[in-house]
Amino acid sequence: MTIEIPLLILLIMTAAGAILVKDLISAVFILGSYSFALALVWALLGAVDVAFVEAVVGAGLATVFFLLTLFRTTEKDRVICRPPVPWSAIIGLPLLGLLLLYGAGDLPVFGDPTSPASTVISPLYLENSIRQTGTPNVVTAVLMDYRSFDTFIETIVIFTAGIACALIMRKGDK
Amino acid sequence: MNSFFFFVLTTLIALMLVYLYRVVRGPSIYDRVLGLNGISTKAIVVLLVIGTMFERVDMFVDISTGYAILNLVGALAIAKFLEEQGAQEK
Repeated sequence: MTIEIPLLILLIMTAAGAILVKDLISAVFILGSYSFALALVWALLGAVDVAFVEAVVGAGLATVFFLLTLFRTTEKDRVICRPPVPWSAIIGLPLLGLLLLYGAGDLPVFGDPTSPASTVISPLYLENSIRQTGTPNVVTAVLMDYRSFDTFIETIVIFTAGIACALIMRKGDK
Repeated sequence: MNSFFFFVLTTLIALMLVYLYRVVRGPSIYDRVLGLNGISTKAIVVLLVIGTMFERVDMFVDISTGYAILNLVGALAIAKFLEEQGAQEK
């Protein structure tokens, strides 16, 4: 799939633009286009659910939330002043990237039928999920039935964060 | 037929790069808003084209509809923000 390479270039360009741009509102807009490009990459890889969440939450809701934050903060927060980048980061981060690329060389090829994930765990879910859970969508069955406690506690975490945000913003009103 | 859709996809992504230049470089905020809106209209079509290439349009229609709806909300939030900012400056 050669179409992924321009998309990944687009992704890196938007990420760099969001960091390098001067004022925060423009950074919010560039982040919106960044998460759109990320949603396209997920869609091309076949992860439709993740692409849906990225398009809705990343490109839609996150932009609104960032703008709400900029509503509440003061004017002077819009100008970013950065300290100079330390030398340890300039040397260390490319080394870390090379290490990750070296590790990624051992991963199975995308869509490889002999990889451990598609020989052991995927057939188990595909064969048993409709009989055990009665849910037609396998991803939903894994998320809501096999890993229901995980999802439940994630929901609790997000709910707590929402309550905390609501309390903080309510205090700012008074 | 598949090569036709591939060509359409490549052209749309190249068009998005033009908009992206305006979003990143754009001198004023309004250029950036317009660039982002242009990118998101391309986004809806590109998602549908990807769905046609995978022959699973029914799932990708959901994504692009959700994206379109929330993009409207985002555009409204941006408009509201710019309105408030203009009121503060006066």
